[in-house]
This record gives sequence, C-alpha cells and structure tokens, in this order.
Amino acid sequence: MNANASTTKPFAARRSPPLGGFNLTFVSIEIRRLLRNRRTVVVTLIVPAVLFLLFKSNRRAVAVGGIEFTAATTLIGIAVYGAMLAATSGGAMVSIERALGWSRQLRLTPLRPAAYVAIKILVAMLLGLTSVGVVYVIGAIDGVQMPLATWVLTGILAWAASLVFASFGLFMGYLLPSENVMQLISPVLGVFSLFGGLFLPVSLLPSIMQDIAPYMPTYGVASIARFPLVGGAFDPTWLLSVVLWTALFAIAAMILFRRDTRRT
Amino acid sequence: MADEQGSTAAIELHDVHRAFGPVRAVDGIDLHLELGEIAALLGPNGAGKTTTIDMILGLGRPDQGSVSVLGMSPTAAVSRGLVAAVMQTGGLLKDLTVRETVRLTASLFAKPRPVEEVLERAGIAGIAGRLVGKCSGGEQQRLRFALALLPDPALMALDEPTAGMDVEGRRDFWSAIRRDAERGRTVLFATHYLDEADAYADRIILLRQGRIVADGTAAEVRNLSSGRSVRASLADADEGTLTSLPGVRSVEIRGDRVLIQTMDSDAVAKYLLTATAAHDVEIVAHNLEDAFLALTSDEPAAVVENRAGDRSAA
Repeated sequence: MNANASTTKPFAARRSPPLGGFNLTFVSIEIRRLLRNRRTVVVTLIVPAVLFLLFKSNRRAVAVGGIEFTAATTLIGIAVYGAMLAATSGGAMVSIERALGWSRQLRLTPLRPAAYVAIKILVAMLLGLTSVGVVYVIGAIDGVQMPLATWVLTGILAWAASLVFASFGLFMGYLLPSENVMQLISPVLGVFSLFGGLFLPVSLLPSIMQDIAPYMPTYGVASIARFPLVGGAFDPTWLLSVVLWTALFAIAAMILFRRDTRRT
Repeated sequence: MADEQGSTAAIELHDVHRAFGPVRAVDGIDLHLELGEIAALLGPNGAGKTTTIDMILGLGRPDQGSVSVLGMSPTAAVSRGLVAAVMQTGGLLKDLTVRETVRLTASLFAKPRPVEEVLERAGIAGIAGRLVGKCSGGEQQRLRFALALLPDPALMALDEPTAGMDVEGRRDFWSAIRRDAERGRTVLFATHYLDEADAYADRIILLRQGRIVADGTAAEVRNLSSGRSVRASLADADEGTLTSLPGVRSVEIRGDRVLIQTMDSDAVAKYLLTATAAHDVEIVAHNLEDAFLALTSDEPAAVVENRAGDRSAA
C-alpha cells in the first residue's frame, strides 16, 4: 500500500490541479444534478414551451409601428425568457450551496472560487441553450416559419444574451442565503419579462409600461435577438442596455463573491 | 528542541489569537504537532476547538500569531491536498449520490486516490449508489471521511466528527479512522467526549476559554486526574508551606478552610495532622470527569505543566 506516500514525499513537491480545479467531470455531474431536479427541468424547459403555445394562440400578426409581430417574434421572446430562467437558476444555485455548507466544503479542496463560478456559469449557459432548443423545436412543430439562418442566428443571440442573467443569478445567489432562492427571484423575472416585452410586443403595452420597457434588462436582449428576423434599423441603445446590465450584475456579484470567499 | 530542527512539523501554531467581537475564541495558543501524532483537542463547547481547527484549515485567519501547516500556509497545504478535514455537519449536496459526491470531489485534486478505494476504506462501498439525502448521519459522516481520504492527506483534521452519532456509529467511525492512522497519517480531532479522546488519541490537548490548560499523552492526562483534593479546617494556614509539599498542584484558602489539589494526598494529610492544628480533614478522589471539569471550568484553573509551554520556549 502506498497510502502513506504523503508522509514520505516532500510536501512542497505536491501540486495543485490545473485550471484552479475546473474540469469536465465536475461539469457533467453538475448537469446530471440539474436534470435530477424536477423543478428546474419543469421551470426552465417545459414552462417556456407552454407559455409560447399560450401566447401565440391569441396572437394574429399585428403590424405596430411598421414592425410585424408574429408567432415568430413571440417565439424569440419566449426563447429569451427560457434562456433567462435557465441562466438565472444556474447562477442562483450558489445560494443553495452556500446554505447547505457545500461552498465551505469546497474550500477544503484545491478548487479556486473563480473556477467554481466559471463552472456555475457554464452549466447555466448549457441549460439555457437546451431551453432555447426546446422552445424552438416546439415552435417549428407548431408551424412557425423563418429562414434557416434566422432560426440559427436568433437562437444564438437569445442564448448568448442570457449571460446577462447568469450574472444576475450569481448576484442573487450571493445576496440571498436561501434554499428557496428561485421562489424569491421568480416574481422579479416575471416583471423583467412582461415589462421588457418578451411576451407581448412593447408597442402593445400601456404607455406607462412602454416608458419603463427600455430600462428593463430584458429589453436590449430581446430586441437584439429579434433583429435578424425583424430587420430595420439597429438601435445602439439595445447593445448599451445589455452591456450596462451585464456589467452592473457582474460587479455586484463580484463584490458579494469577494465578501463571501474572503478568508476572515 | 534541537532534535526537531530540519524536520517539518505537522502543525505549528505560535501565539495564535482570534476574537469574534468581544469574545476571545482563541486567546494565545502555542501548539506543535509532530508528523504521525494522533491528537485530540478536548474541551467543552466554546473552548475554541472549532476556531482553532478552522485556522489550521485556512477557513479563518488569526488576528495575531502564526499558523503553519506542514511548513507552509494552510491555504497552500489545502490546495496541494496535504490537509483534509471532516467537519461536523452540512457540506454535502443531498441530490448527489454517494459515489457522485466522491467522484466530483476527486476531480478537484491533482492526484486523488481511486474513488472505489476510498469508498471501501470509509466503509460506504455498499451504499455508493444512494442519494446523500437518504443517508443516515453516520453514513454521511463516513462519506465526509471518504472525501477527506481522497487527496491522501498528510494531516487530517476532524471537528467533532461523531457528534449526534449513536454508539455503534461512533465505534465504526473511529475504527475506520484508527485503521487509517496506523498507516502513518497525522490526525487532529476535536471532541468534547472525554472517553473518545482517551480511547483514540495518543495525545490530549485540553482547551478552556481559548487557551491550552493541559497537554500530554493520554496517560499523563489521566495522571493529572488521578490526584485528590484534601480539605481541612485550619486557621492561619501557611500557603507557601502547603504549596511546597510534594505533589501539591494548587492551594486555595477560604477563611478557615483550605482546599489542596494534590497528587500525594497522604503527604498532605500527614503534614496537616502532625505539623498543624488542622482538623476535619477530608480526602476526596477525582475521576477523569472531575479533572476535565476542574481543568475546563470557568474558575481559574490550576497551572499545569504542559508540552505546549515547553515547545514555545524551544
């Protein structure tokens, strides 16, 4: 047995793992764990698809301000919604893990806090990609028509923009030490979605909501995701919105993350 | 000590202090633990055991003083997998299986022991497919132990590892630890069970109010407790003379009553009865429990020779 190899080898010769402990075994077990959580699966993969079927059924093509709102624009809005839910719940998992003491357990391993956050974001983004995929498959089956390039491009944009909400989820995860963090965040996401025009075109909302809409973190994301379909002029404030919200959430998450992992 | 030069200590604490607000959780601890020692940090709740272990693991920093583990900082030792710990509670994900938890943790170390091997050694190979949330407290604790075995650490710290376990669970747990320690691993465990420290540690470090009040082999600590108290009524007792009697550890004078803690009650009784006007002499034997209580009670404890004191002078 070489179980006491540790006592014969020079201690300083022992190494820490590469990439701060980031590895694919960890990622794959995290994914399996996510899928085992029925609530997460229902909320992020099934609810958006159901919402699409609900919203598009009342929706005939309406032309507002020269833009035609169709089942396809609704589909993209719902895809953003699904990616947002997935990314947020992925980020918010840190809250549950802090509450359970798992984060503390991980601090007794070589895993670097930054690698841990990277794994959380990667898993959240993969879940978001799956959510977008499910919504799009349901949309295609339901008869939504778009050129192939538009399907791909809008899907990627809806998904990539969910990075905003991965930072939002992390921010909430480090802010709220709770096992029920998603119950607390869900109403906030609902407001983001409704006011940001994910379900209904902003131009159909009451004028007060229309005034608020551009300040929602969902607004820029949804507008960018719909752009390849809708066309027209690209409004730079959409990009500004995405960049500012991502920066804001990421900085807030970083501050709380530092506070949490500081060795006091 | 000269013979220690050049060799690495498992743990070296020097004048370590740590306060939480007004509470001085650790109030000046010096501790030197050799490689291969199995030591118990024994003390009541709030004695500073967990705070001390947290600092050894790098989970907390001392306000003052230095902590060195295997000749490096605690965080460096943890990141190399040289130190592992079994904490009291929490720290497990209920929605992973036992094997997944071990595999995940193994993936974080540069050169972990094989997953099946640590499952076997911790005695949980039979429940590897079970969800952690469905495991008993004792099984979860053996899982924590399995996780701690993964990096093949030179030092293992256990913080009240058997709290809340039944007698059989405790015995199984300790036999796994003991088997493991026989291979030369250094073990430091915190406990408030006297019998646990006595049965499983080669060395017992008694903590009270953030300080070390006794430190020695289990036998030495047992000897400390094998002393007796002698009480007598004696007016104008001469404290100096009483203190200088052989075996006397402490002398307390309350009005006409004297209370003497001694290893040699016969000598004290003989002196009191033949050389003084003492009367109503009583001799009371201590047991291990009394010694523990005496050494860890809130009253100022008798000054006890301890190895930590010797070491800090070295």
